[in-house]
Amino acid sequence: MSRFSWFNAVSLTIGFAFLYIPMIILIIFSFNESKLVTVWAGFSTKWYGELLANEAFLDAAWVTLRVAVFSSTLATILGTAAAYVLIRSGRFFGRTLFSGMIYAPLVMPEVITGLSLLLLFIGIGLERGVLTIVLAHTTFSMCYVSVVVSSRLATFDKSLEEAALDLGCSSAQAFRLVTLPIIAPAVISGWLLAFTLSLDDLVIASFATGPSATTLPIKIFSAVRLGVSPEINALSTIMIAIVTVGVITASLLSKRKLVREREEEFMAARS
Amino acid sequence: MNSTVFAPWEDPEQKPLIRFQNVTKKFGSFTAIDNLSLDIYEREFFALLGPSGCGKTTMMRMLAGFENPSSGQIELSGRNIVPVPPNKRAVNMMFQSYALFPHLTIWENIAFGLKREGKDKETIATRVHEMLRLTRLERFAKRKPHQISGGQRQRVALARSLAKAPTLLLLDEPLGALDAKLRQDTQFELMDIQEKTGTTFVIVTHDQEEAMTVASRVAVMDEGKLMQVATPDRIYETPNSVYVADFIGDVNIIEGRSRFLEEGQYEIDWAEGQQALHAATSAKFDNGQTCYMAIRPEKITITADRPEAADNCVQGKIHDIAYLGNLSTYHVELPNGTIIKAQTANTRRIARRSFTWEDQVWLSWTATAGVMLAR
Amino acid sequence: MRRFALIALPYAWLLALFLVPFLIVVKISLSDVALSIPPYSPQFSWDEGIGAFLAELDFENFVFLTQDSLYWKAYLSSLFIALVSTVLTLMIGYPVAYGMARASEEWRPTLMMLIILPFWTSFLIRVYAWMGILSQEGFLNQFLLWTGIISTPLTILNTTTAVYIGIVYTYLPFMVLPIYAALDRLDGSLIEAAEDLGCSRLSAFWLVTIPMSRNGIIAGCFLVFIPALGEFVIPSLLGGSGTLMIGKVLWEEFFSNRDWPVASAVAVVLLLILIIPIVLFQRNQQRASEAD
Repeated sequence: MSRFSWFNAVSLTIGFAFLYIPMIILIIFSFNESKLVTVWAGFSTKWYGELLANEAFLDAAWVTLRVAVFSSTLATILGTAAAYVLIRSGRFFGRTLFSGMIYAPLVMPEVITGLSLLLLFIGIGLERGVLTIVLAHTTFSMCYVSVVVSSRLATFDKSLEEAALDLGCSSAQAFRLVTLPIIAPAVISGWLLAFTLSLDDLVIASFATGPSATTLPIKIFSAVRLGVSPEINALSTIMIAIVTVGVITASLLSKRKLVREREEEFMAARS
Repeated sequence: MNSTVFAPWEDPEQKPLIRFQNVTKKFGSFTAIDNLSLDIYEREFFALLGPSGCGKTTMMRMLAGFENPSSGQIELSGRNIVPVPPNKRAVNMMFQSYALFPHLTIWENIAFGLKREGKDKETIATRVHEMLRLTRLERFAKRKPHQISGGQRQRVALARSLAKAPTLLLLDEPLGALDAKLRQDTQFELMDIQEKTGTTFVIVTHDQEEAMTVASRVAVMDEGKLMQVATPDRIYETPNSVYVADFIGDVNIIEGRSRFLEEGQYEIDWAEGQQALHAATSAKFDNGQTCYMAIRPEKITITADRPEAADNCVQGKIHDIAYLGNLSTYHVELPNGTIIKAQTANTRRIARRSFTWEDQVWLSWTATAGVMLAR
Repeated sequence: MRRFALIALPYAWLLALFLVPFLIVVKISLSDVALSIPPYSPQFSWDEGIGAFLAELDFENFVFLTQDSLYWKAYLSSLFIALVSTVLTLMIGYPVAYGMARASEEWRPTLMMLIILPFWTSFLIRVYAWMGILSQEGFLNQFLLWTGIISTPLTILNTTTAVYIGIVYTYLPFMVLPIYAALDRLDGSLIEAAEDLGCSRLSAFWLVTIPMSRNGIIAGCFLVFIPALGEFVIPSLLGGSGTLMIGKVLWEEFFSNRDWPVASAVAVVLLLILIIPIVLFQRNQQRASEAD
């Protein structure tokens, strides 16, 4: 259905302008000479220099990165297992509770998740720091992973697994040699999602952490509460740049792969 | 080739390769297979034929080990295989969707089962090559499944399931995804490969022509029961029920009441004011019993004048003509409204055709042309 | 055995780190506040048993929520803000999704990427970006003064208006994506059929396109409404002292007032309020997947 009209062009332009202008302004003013973020005073990269010299930020970035790597990896393992259980295991004791616990964190307000985890950590006397943030992030991001992976598993041709069994695989081998390689793209995007969720999270990390560990979002939040600062603009620009490069690369790669596969299928059908 | 006809099912000395004994399979309250017993012999090309939902796929999945019977026993070479998991059975399956592993090359797909057996590299390479040659796929060994055509994929699936040299090969609608022309060629290829490898094949299909072409014996199934198990020609020529006669090919079914004439000869009273039909059968019917005459359209002769000597003869007018190219089917309406189909081969050009719409014609057939059925 | 481990591992994790913590919240919401660490006196101990616990159960924290107007005003204003911003997001998001669905085949992947990109960008940064735009000497005021539409700068930052802008901005992709998915599936010949049968373009849109994308609209609205209701970052960065939102109240109750029992009670009530839209959302998703 391609009946493009001026109305569609206008609504797309307004919509995307609304989405992107704030970020573009943010990026432009990260190169501003002046301390005053809203007045242009010439091009400069000095805020990037100051940012890189700011140890508190670098420490926070390092903590955030470690937390994100650990929690997203754990979340991917647990979430994939959960998805497999949800899609493949028929009935088992407490299945409804299980699927409820998978979906609930997706709609649970962050303040509640954070509060409840903090109360747990205090209750069992766990010292709050990197470990508790990892635990907290793993818990909510495994649910996202499980949703991504289970939607892939739902469309997975079950006869592929049966074929593997038929050809002599045990069910563990069938998973390792057939299912996992085929659903790998979904598992990887689940990991990436968990990783970004962990990098972004402010509220849950604020509850789950103690004085020993500060993540980047916590640091940014406490800085911007006092107002706009050019250093934060510089930091934001770096983060936006990384994400943009990543997303564009990923979509180009997947588009190339799709085009190549289509061509090959076309050639195969003609031969 | 042996000059004697291949018919192990007629030899009481032969031990069957597969034996279903009173097998019942229930899914919840739904009975998919209803107390079914069946023997299949070595080197057979056996077809399970029936409409969708008749239980034929369940039979196959029980042989592969993906379903277990609710009751009864399935024997393979005299051993009960019900407790054996699918990966431990000497049975391989060719899936309807082919189920080729998309992340592996054709070579790796075929080698998959052999690698699981822990064979050494050389043995695997030799065997895979053998399979590639058998299915004429040597050129495609390094390709991935999406890089080859539908017909080639079908052959890869066949090669992969044959690679482990199974005692029994199961084929689930193996030609369903191919177009009509390719399907015919592939049918003969399948028969060829079956003969070369000497493997027992069990094929599931809903396409009666396919079953008739490839199979040594056909089992017609309906609602979890076997309706008839026989060679293709017997299924066609001497169906044992109206269901089977109707399922295979085109047929006229005329309902009536039997009247004993002499040993093996009956008359069927079928409509007021119509001459009784004459049928020969070895089965026994009571006088006045409801019975059916099944007669294939191609066994009915259509003439303009009343034939001199015919066992059965009725008059009607041509209601419709279906021109099929090589054949024409005439729908002839009798005075009481019954429609009888008669088929003739179009050996002459259509312009010279002898009959047209509304013509009065005579239909005739011999006493042995039709089959007299009780149900 | 392996199957058991596969189920048990994620199951145990979620029980320990999702369900148990939540039960603790419920329990503390029934406790008394105390000036100690942890700042509450537990109402339940295993020694006394469940009978004693049930006997002493008190709802004074919940009663307190109804007595102090701050709380119920915060709940009501959260509901109102979430509702209004959902409607605003729909009004902006639908034309965008519609335009995307009508765009040519080669443009669609790019547009899709542009909608997804903000998903991966830090939420905090995207909210922060508006602070520089909406402030007294911000870009919006500079622009409006320059065009001469206004003569004195508007106060937008630290008002509820800024909160609306923030919510619409951050949740727009959540609205666009499900609607786009529904419109993308829509068979173009349906609209042609409607026009063939005498509909004008506008009435074909109204009678065919809108009802056919209903599930997408409902999904999008819930995806905006549910998180907006418990939002904390947006009201605390863009909102002012006059902006009451329950997520912010809970945060302050906990971190500033250190009144854990009341914070827990606030959380429990918020969750009770959320159950209704969540159940409705689930039902819609189920219906949509059944219709496929």
